Amino acid sequence: MSCEIEHKGTFNTLLNINKIKKNLTRRIMIDKIATMIFFGSTLFALLVLGILIYRIFTQSIGWLDLQFLTSTLSIFPEKAGILGAIIGSFLLMIIVAPVTIVLGVATAIYLEEYASKSKFQSFVKMNISNLAGVPSVIFGLLGLTVFGRLLNLGSSILAGGLTMSLLVLPIVVVAAQEAVRAVPGFLRDASYAMGASRWTTIRKVVLPVALPGILTGSILALSRAIGETAPLVVLGIPALILRIPTGFMDNFTALPIQIYYWTLDAVLTREYANLAAATIVALMVMLAMMNSIAIIIRNKFQKRY
Amino acid sequence: MENQTNVRGIIKKNLANDKGRFVENLMPRVFLVAASISILTTIGIVLTLILDAYKFFSQVPLREIFSTKLAPLSANPSFGILPIINGTIITSFIAMCVAIPVGLTAAIYLSEFASDKVRRIVKPIMEVLAGIPTIVYGFFAYSFVTPLLLLLIPNLEAKNALSPGIVMGIMIIPLVASLSEDAMNSVPNALREGALALGATKLEVALKVIVPAGFSGILASFILGISRAIGETMIVAIASGSSKNFTFDITQSMQTMTAYIVEFTSGDAGSGTLGYYSLYAVGLLLFSFTLFMNLIAQYILKRFREEY
Repeated sequence: MSCEIEHKGTFNTLLNINKIKKNLTRRIMIDKIATMIFFGSTLFALLVLGILIYRIFTQSIGWLDLQFLTSTLSIFPEKAGILGAIIGSFLLMIIVAPVTIVLGVATAIYLEEYASKSKFQSFVKMNISNLAGVPSVIFGLLGLTVFGRLLNLGSSILAGGLTMSLLVLPIVVVAAQEAVRAVPGFLRDASYAMGASRWTTIRKVVLPVALPGILTGSILALSRAIGETAPLVVLGIPALILRIPTGFMDNFTALPIQIYYWTLDAVLTREYANLAAATIVALMVMLAMMNSIAIIIRNKFQKRY
Repeated sequence: MENQTNVRGIIKKNLANDKGRFVENLMPRVFLVAASISILTTIGIVLTLILDAYKFFSQVPLREIFSTKLAPLSANPSFGILPIINGTIITSFIAMCVAIPVGLTAAIYLSEFASDKVRRIVKPIMEVLAGIPTIVYGFFAYSFVTPLLLLLIPNLEAKNALSPGIVMGIMIIPLVASLSEDAMNSVPNALREGALALGATKLEVALKVIVPAGFSGILASFILGISRAIGETMIVAIASGSSKNFTFDITQSMQTMTAYIVEFTSGDAGSGTLGYYSLYAVGLLLFSFTLFMNLIAQYILKRFREEY
């Protein structure tokens, strides 16, 4: 008897229609409000990007012209240009690209093809993911000690390029590893079955198939390197270089360095802020170009097996 | 018939080819050398930091290091580390106050509420946001956010901790959002459907099922975000200034550890001086902080990963 009453009681609370109805409208309303808040915060991130690009673009108007791109520094803001910085950044990339691609791809091949699932592989992997999290200033200190002072390269393009290479190496390694891992096993098996050796298989089968992934990763790494500032500042790369560098041992300046010092000097001369904005637009255009090349490669050449 | 003997001949010739075998044996070693570079980099970082930091610690008494007076260039230099640690913590804290709520809610929106179409538009834009060089954010903080905040807070200094903190948070939003979204996406659909079938609203599903289930990944994204904020250099170097005061007032200029390193190397501290070695001491501390954070994040991901 008492048991029945209890059942009836729970039954009633379970189906308290009025309470459910009242709760439901409230719950649905909270759901709607929350959806709007969540959407709002997503919109906030996009809005900031829009404001950032708009602000920098409007600040650069009137300053970013052919004369700005093709002349060297000057004490007069109207006459100053970034030719030296563009060439410096370009020469920097000429060092970073081959060094990181060769080292990154070789590391990835060793990890995936020769040392797969070994203790060494997991150790190197852990090491690389930790290196990727090391702040870039620290790489600057490493470059300053090892390349700048120990190898006596000073503030040359070579010192800057090698420092940058170490900084972005983890990006290339991870991308190349994924690309190599994505090469289907049956291609390798077919190659071995035809009597090809390991190295021949890697050279003629694995690498060509993995190439689009490797290139995409490398371009992304380069676009990180071209905008990175802190290691160069730590290396002592100056902004005031009037001579355009011609060799890899020359002192140089780069686009982000130029932006940094112009922004710092904007306190004294207001026009420097416009010069910095114009340099940023030039840098962002370069980045956009590199990224679109990466996307084109990814979409066009990536095969699915 | 002749063809066959030819092929056999080629195979025999190739097998006898010492050069091929030599290359075959050589290549793994070449690759091993390349793979060791990354380990050498780590060893190099640790060694350079420790060796030069040691020269600093052997000359400066501990009591001075743990003081609030930082004046490396004065006639009677003092190397108290607390002002720059304080600056780092405060700017990072402000950054996370922006990045965690916005990043997490954006992640929930993208993972649970957004249609495929919205996701396809928003995610590439987030990637763009993540790819912008930090120097650009620094310029943005100094030339736009600080003047904007000045309208709200009249006694804000031209260089302050608030503006770079906020901008740093904006910079970290994509990191927190994409890692948290990955964590939520990996929660199996069955859990989602189960909760929806019980009559839960989408919000209840998100907050009571998806977020708890993907919590380890979300927590890891927060920790990685903090680590990014601690290590971020250019934004604070530009917009936070170089005041070495020990203060909790976010409207004032403060220096972070990273900005200290950048200011000093681009300044005139030559090699061999105590100021020069102090860079490595600060670098060592910074490296230990971020490494510790990254290891914790990796541990959380590994240890608390829910397998479905």
